[in-house]
Amino acid sequence: MQSISKSIPKRDHFPKISGRAKYVDDLQIEGLLHGKILRSSVACAEINEILIPDLPNGYFVIDKNDVPGVNSVHVVDDDTPVFSDGTVNYVGEAILMVAGRDLKVVNQILKQIKVIYHEKQPVLDMMKSDTIFYQYGYTKGDWESAFRDADKIIEEDFQTGYQEHVYMEVQGMIGSYENGKAIIRGTMQCPYYVHTAVKRAMGFESDKVQVIQEEMGGAFGGKEDYPSILGCQVAVAAYKTGKPVKVILDRNEDITCSPKRHPAKMHYRAAIKNGEVTGIDADVVYDCGAFTTLSPVVLQRGLICATGVYDFKNLRVRGKAVKTNTVPNGAFRGFGGPQTFFSIEMFMDHLAKEIGLDSVRLKERMVVKQGDDSATSGKYHFHVPFPAMIEKLDQISGFRKKRETFRHQTGRYRSGIGISLVYHGCGFTGSGERDLIKGVVKVVKNTDDTVELLTAGTDMGQGLKTVFAKIASDTLGIPLEQVIVQNPDTDRVPNSGPTAASRSLMVVGKLLQRAAEKLKQDWKPGEYQEVVEKYVHPDFMIPWDLSKFQGDPYPDYSWSANAVEVKVDTLTATTEIVGAWGVYDVGTPIDMAIIIGQMQGGFLQGIGYGSMELLGVNEKGVIRNNSFSDYIIPTSMDVPNLVTEVVENTYDNGPFGGKGAGELPAVGGAPAFVEAMENALGVNLHHTPFSQEDAMKVLEALKK
Amino acid sequence: MNDLIHFTLNGEKVTSDRSANERLLDVLREDFKLTGVKCGCKEGECGACSVLLDGVLANSCMVAMGSIEGSEVVTIEGYSETKRFQALSDAYAQTSAVQCGFCIPGMVLACEALLAKNPNPTDAEIRKGISGNLCRCTGYNAIVEAVKIAAREGKGLW
Ligand code: FES
Ligand code: FES
Repeated sequence: MQSISKSIPKRDHFPKISGRAKYVDDLQIEGLLHGKILRSSVACAEINEILIPDLPNGYFVIDKNDVPGVNSVHVVDDDTPVFSDGTVNYVGEAILMVAGRDLKVVNQILKQIKVIYHEKQPVLDMMKSDTIFYQYGYTKGDWESAFRDADKIIEEDFQTGYQEHVYMEVQGMIGSYENGKAIIRGTMQCPYYVHTAVKRAMGFESDKVQVIQEEMGGAFGGKEDYPSILGCQVAVAAYKTGKPVKVILDRNEDITCSPKRHPAKMHYRAAIKNGEVTGIDADVVYDCGAFTTLSPVVLQRGLICATGVYDFKNLRVRGKAVKTNTVPNGAFRGFGGPQTFFSIEMFMDHLAKEIGLDSVRLKERMVVKQGDDSATSGKYHFHVPFPAMIEKLDQISGFRKKRETFRHQTGRYRSGIGISLVYHGCGFTGSGERDLIKGVVKVVKNTDDTVELLTAGTDMGQGLKTVFAKIASDTLGIPLEQVIVQNPDTDRVPNSGPTAASRSLMVVGKLLQRAAEKLKQDWKPGEYQEVVEKYVHPDFMIPWDLSKFQGDPYPDYSWSANAVEVKVDTLTATTEIVGAWGVYDVGTPIDMAIIIGQMQGGFLQGIGYGSMELLGVNEKGVIRNNSFSDYIIPTSMDVPNLVTEVVENTYDNGPFGGKGAGELPAVGGAPAFVEAMENALGVNLHHTPFSQEDAMKVLEALKK
Repeated sequence: MNDLIHFTLNGEKVTSDRSANERLLDVLREDFKLTGVKCGCKEGECGACSVLLDGVLANSCMVAMGSIEGSEVVTIEGYSETKRFQALSDAYAQTSAVQCGFCIPGMVLACEALLAKNPNPTDAEIRKGISGNLCRCTGYNAIVEAVKIAAREGKGLW
């Protein structure tokens, strides 16, 4: 283990464990008003009329007419309104806000408001949508010949469901308006996204908007785009009322109206010749919900991942992201990857059966290695440590022997073990880092020789403050206590880009390392010094061309090999997860305990996605289970034997050899679990989550 | 005018004039500014709002003020003054078990309730003891490990 990997107590450990850390709902602010949002109860309608009762003194209604700038929230595109523009497009869309001193009174007023809708037929099925928001496609090799010359063509459909983030802290924001300036504070991943959005909605100059991140109680992607919407809403409310306005969602409200992982439907074809897979043709549809938010980029990543970690010579991949009258979906750890990775991993299992091989053998035979072309005709520039990772996975899980043993089972209890091999491309997709983000960091040395790291990077629990401090302290050769990292405030920090895409350590951390190196060379004790460092695009990358969907979408990849073992009671369909093992390459871990914590938490989320996290929408477009009693996530009892290991594979372009880590572990859990289930049940499976009810259906069908 | 409700809060005698059907969670956060007590769901499902009520772990969002007359309530703010807390905190630090931290005050009190009954719990007993407290970040291993370390290094405290 390298010395930087040695764990230290996390910087935010004590304030958080002692209950002293202040999250947005914990702030005590003079003269605060409470805001509550009136949300659409129907999925698709024009609003004919809104009947508002007489308001008591000091209570306000805030709606689209109060937006001083443009009534739209900039995310990637600008179609999301701040408040409804007269139509509603999903259940939960914000129509207006009521704000006032006493939250109980606010809630009473909210109940008295009547919205008269002119309802229209909502589109709830993504396959019936007639609005395509985005579509992309690419080919590689000669896919047409591969299919023309095939001995056999196999076709299958796959489906993945919603996943709700379940950050333990709901979405929340406080807006205030002082001396011509809008100040927004709250729980958010990307202060500068909020800044850009609020600027536009308010029609203000940059220096008239200030965004401050407070302590964040989890995010997992769920606080990437939504805070821009809520940020605009509280900014407008503060502007109208002249008072600070706080909006904290209820849990049910949060599940109803905040983004989720996109549900997807995927059609895969494979050409087989002489026992080899010679071509893949994938056609995928992602359900965006009612507005575009981050969907173009989610779909791009999904398509890049569509053929997994395998070296297919001939490919066609097409996909579209379509509109439905449901909650807009957005970023969730893995960002479009888990859907297609689920499909290709399951498909490989099924193809292996066709060919007469164990799926692991087929996967091992086809896995990419350094120097291979990627699906999008880029390159895997660096070492791909799969052989060593698979060996390690076997050592800790014993999967090879177990697969043999589980082949011939009889009796009531049946075991299965599933294997998945996946990656996560590190950093923003395509040329985003170079063309859109252009990250900047600033390192300041104070006259007392303390050093402050100024970035827009946010700590949502993943340990960013701690690893940034370690990078600076190790580079400068000064004690950790001399390094200051605070929650970002856009009045103080430059725009180093969003905290997303597993880019913060690899990209922003590298900028900090370079700035620290410069400061070290020029260190003047007792003097104030500043170093600003700007993003430089790695020159080894094959330029990304979005119009052709070709080139290197990422400089490097993080890899993982996963195994999940189950034991199914064929009488009751209850399933025990006997063990879950993950092996990861995330470059050099900058802090081993932090990395292991990321891997374990992410892996468990992935297993939840595969096994139990079921979110349903009824025929009116209402989410059926918008509470913790009905949307079930893993507890401490569900996967008691969860084992994670890392292999070290230094990435030279990252700080101290580190690369992207946060999202990777959420990708491989679902396919490993569902393959374990098909192993145990002796059938091919095609969807996630695969619940106990699903297992029951399979068992009943087998009986017939 | 309501009758006052008397109870002990983190070792001090206090009164509240809130009505009997209000949630203890809201009173602790709003009137006593004890914001270490977190709200994750308000329906008794997540454990973020856990407190010790007469030594027993309770979801304060499900406790009505009317039911706590004469009771002893301990929140993370009070508990963090104790040696036992120090042992748990040191152990959590060793395993980096605090990620976003939102579940953690409640989780620590769940660990206290467990160790008070069972100073040397097995893995399975720990997992059962914290099963009412959801954590979305850690995958729970680091917390289970921390409880074992605290039990070992804090020997004699429980
Ligand atoms: S807030 Fe009380 S259990 Fe969730
Ligand atoms: S540390 Fe984030 S929910 Fe437990």
